[in-house]
Amino acid sequence: MATTFIQPEFKVEIDYDKCHKCGRCVQQCGWGVYDFNGRPIPDDSKCRACHRCVTFCPAHCITIKRNELVFRDSENWSPSLRKAVWQQSESGGVMLTSMGNDKPYQRIFDHLVLDACQVTNPSIDPLREPMELRTFIGCKPDKVEVEPNDEGGFRLKSGTGMENNIELATPLMFGGMSYGSVSLNVHKSLAMAASRLGITMNTGEGGLHADLYPYTDNVIVQCASGRFGVSADYLNRGVAIEIKVGQGAKPGIGGHLPGEKINREVSTTRMIPQGTDALSPAPHHDIYSIADLRQLIYSLKVASGNKPVGVKIAAVHNVAAIASGIVRAGADYVYLDGFKGGTGAAPQVIRDHVGIPIEIAIAVVDQRLRDEGIRNRASIIAAGSIRSSADMAKAIALGADAVAIGSAALIALGCHVCQSCHTGCCSWGITTQKPELTRRIDPEWGAERLVNLVNAWSHELQEILGALGVNAVESLRGSRERLRSLGLDEQTSQILGVKAAGL
Amino acid sequence: MTTRPAYSQESPFKIHGGCGLMGICDETGRRFSGSVALESMAVLHERGNGLGGGFAGYGIYPEFPDHFAFHMMYHDTKGKEEAEAVFDEYFEVDLAEPMPTRVVKGITGAPLLWRYFLRPYTHKVESAEMTPEDYVVHVVMLINSTIDGAFVASSGKNMGAFKGVGYPEEIGHYFLLDEYEGHTWVGHNRFPTNTPGWWGGAHPFTLLDWSIVHNGEISSYGINSRYLEQFGYKCTLGTDTEVAAYLFDLLLRRHRLPLSLACKALASPLWSEIDRMPEEQRELMTTLRAVYGPAMLNGPFAIVLGFNGGMVALNDRIKLRPLVAARKGDVLMVASEESAIREVMPDPDSLWAPKAGEPVVARIKGMDWPIHGDLHLAPSEISCAVTGVEDSCDTVEVS
Repeated sequence: MATTFIQPEFKVEIDYDKCHKCGRCVQQCGWGVYDFNGRPIPDDSKCRACHRCVTFCPAHCITIKRNELVFRDSENWSPSLRKAVWQQSESGGVMLTSMGNDKPYQRIFDHLVLDACQVTNPSIDPLREPMELRTFIGCKPDKVEVEPNDEGGFRLKSGTGMENNIELATPLMFGGMSYGSVSLNVHKSLAMAASRLGITMNTGEGGLHADLYPYTDNVIVQCASGRFGVSADYLNRGVAIEIKVGQGAKPGIGGHLPGEKINREVSTTRMIPQGTDALSPAPHHDIYSIADLRQLIYSLKVASGNKPVGVKIAAVHNVAAIASGIVRAGADYVYLDGFKGGTGAAPQVIRDHVGIPIEIAIAVVDQRLRDEGIRNRASIIAAGSIRSSADMAKAIALGADAVAIGSAALIALGCHVCQSCHTGCCSWGITTQKPELTRRIDPEWGAERLVNLVNAWSHELQEILGALGVNAVESLRGSRERLRSLGLDEQTSQILGVKAAGL
Repeated sequence: MTTRPAYSQESPFKIHGGCGLMGICDETGRRFSGSVALESMAVLHERGNGLGGGFAGYGIYPEFPDHFAFHMMYHDTKGKEEAEAVFDEYFEVDLAEPMPTRVVKGITGAPLLWRYFLRPYTHKVESAEMTPEDYVVHVVMLINSTIDGAFVASSGKNMGAFKGVGYPEEIGHYFLLDEYEGHTWVGHNRFPTNTPGWWGGAHPFTLLDWSIVHNGEISSYGINSRYLEQFGYKCTLGTDTEVAAYLFDLLLRRHRLPLSLACKALASPLWSEIDRMPEEQRELMTTLRAVYGPAMLNGPFAIVLGFNGGMVALNDRIKLRPLVAARKGDVLMVASEESAIREVMPDPDSLWAPKAGEPVVARIKGMDWPIHGDLHLAPSEISCAVTGVEDSCDTVEVS
């Protein structure tokens, strides 16, 4: 009997006429695809199509192709479903995957179009005029109270004003990705880039490595169900604290970082023994109700000298009511993670079938908070597949204060979305702890690429604002009047608060 | 086309347009002829398209300084009878007369125009536990929202709005503006790019003694209106002027911000400017911007807000619409174009282009400030009184 029914997904083809026989592909591949016997010999079954070998082949002689095996047609039993059954009948396990939902759900962002000015109001040229992106994340009072100052003017009435807010130079953050799931060099790249950009990176749930201490003015520290790396010192280092309740890729599911990834550094940072599995429980074992969340929010505020505390949740069916509760519980921001958000490891069944799109979540949460008159009390961060500056602009127009990116940042660092983070063998040195792989990312180089990406998106956002005839991002925020839907059903448009194109 | 319900249907979509405007105020309170405003607006003829012109004058009824002057537009006598029944119920009517008008070429299809000088019944005001101003707004709201074919064009003391479909100089002649004298005048010429053709839709928008004229397009209308809805206002007309009016109401009356700061919230300084301010100011302006970001009026506009204590003119934050100001002695004047100023003030002491976001303020000595700060109205009542759209009366205040 064959050991497996599953055939390789890809075919690695090498043009041996051009091949230098240098063996670089053997060295670059983290999956062990290549053997070398006078020339590289690929094992197709190990290939993840991550293109590391392709990118580094000096002869450009490697091509990765889909293994186009023809199956008897069945719309119902797609080849991937057949493979899944074979795989599970072989292993008896939960199928693991990573990155975000790759199923062909409707992408609402791609059905929204932006407005522009013509004649009756002028567009603004961002290359010649100021175009402001500065954003404050956190609780704001409903009104500003002032008192006369000594010079005949006014100053803030003492005891009033804004609570601590996070100041962002552009309405974008790096989303939480833990040290452990990604390498320290990735964390350093993110922290250095955030510091140079005037935005924030987020530790994820894996604690804060000492090498990141110089950048903590631009770091949000996360407090998740496993409490890894959480100490009084940790809570006080960042600009804000984020309670992670859920994640778009795996709502309602905890985390499992295998012991192989817990090396000495990760162990120190996470404050757990080396080589043990790091298990994040599905719920926080001190949060079994909204009242418990409130206690944790205020405990963290007390422990940190009143730092802003945000709460990250996965976008699920009842997200508007949940977000309202979170804001009333005292959170300074609500981080909504849509069902296309990424992960370092998740059960495939959860990743692909649980949660709702981020576009819907932003729209209903923003509207709910306005209906309740508490929109000023907290900011909305939108994440869960923000793929471009267009997505960012549309998310903001729907009502988000800022967006967060994870996958896009990793793609900037070389990720090719091969969806194999959970294997720990990332050839690009991103989601691995193997020293020979992690050293492939030089933090200085990584930071530069991230800075370039965010600057490019910011420039594009400025172009969009200019075309819209406004010169500050707050005039786009929540301005759904500047969006129109194309090819969305009426009810979805209504939920989004967006008119159809032509209206 | 003169029917009132058309007000709510006037702009099922947003009105786009450019306009011309002017405002003039003698800070001593000296009164002068409305022909000044008329002549000035005539110069701005090209800035409108004949679909709306209007004026508001202050101090024009010295013989009735303490009466609420109601300028009414009626579709038919039925509307008039119903409105007058309301007046009789709520007010002592000391004078009711047809609005004096003259025949002017180009002005057709005028509604029935009447004016009334009213005093609220004291016992009714007291039993309603309202201030007289609240009481008046309540009646305005009642008429505008429930009587088909009647619309309150203005309702303040010692002031009035004169507006209609036509060029402003035609409308001014039609209303005999040259025979009135006031200390403050604002004027407006409208260039809507749809075809409303309804007299009530012309500027100025008024409530009690404030009036607002506006040239521009608020590109941030979408978020401004959603922000206002959070405070209970209903933006039903889809006009930029409406959101500007409500934002002033919110910031001045409900949040009690000083006028200078309200203007800074609506036309915020740039961050680069705020970052250079001394610490106390920087803190204030940063907070103001962060809190009122959704209220910021972004896009091209020039606004003149008139009231019994003077007027305020404000430009957008990067000056995308024209606004020129001039002073001659105690008289301060603003207009869309210098020509409109030179026409009536040929030799000003100073003439300047106000900086983006810097308000130009005229204050009449000895008069109260700011405007009707003692109202106790819900925003939905303000919305309803201004627009006359019924469903805005049913809203519940949320905050």
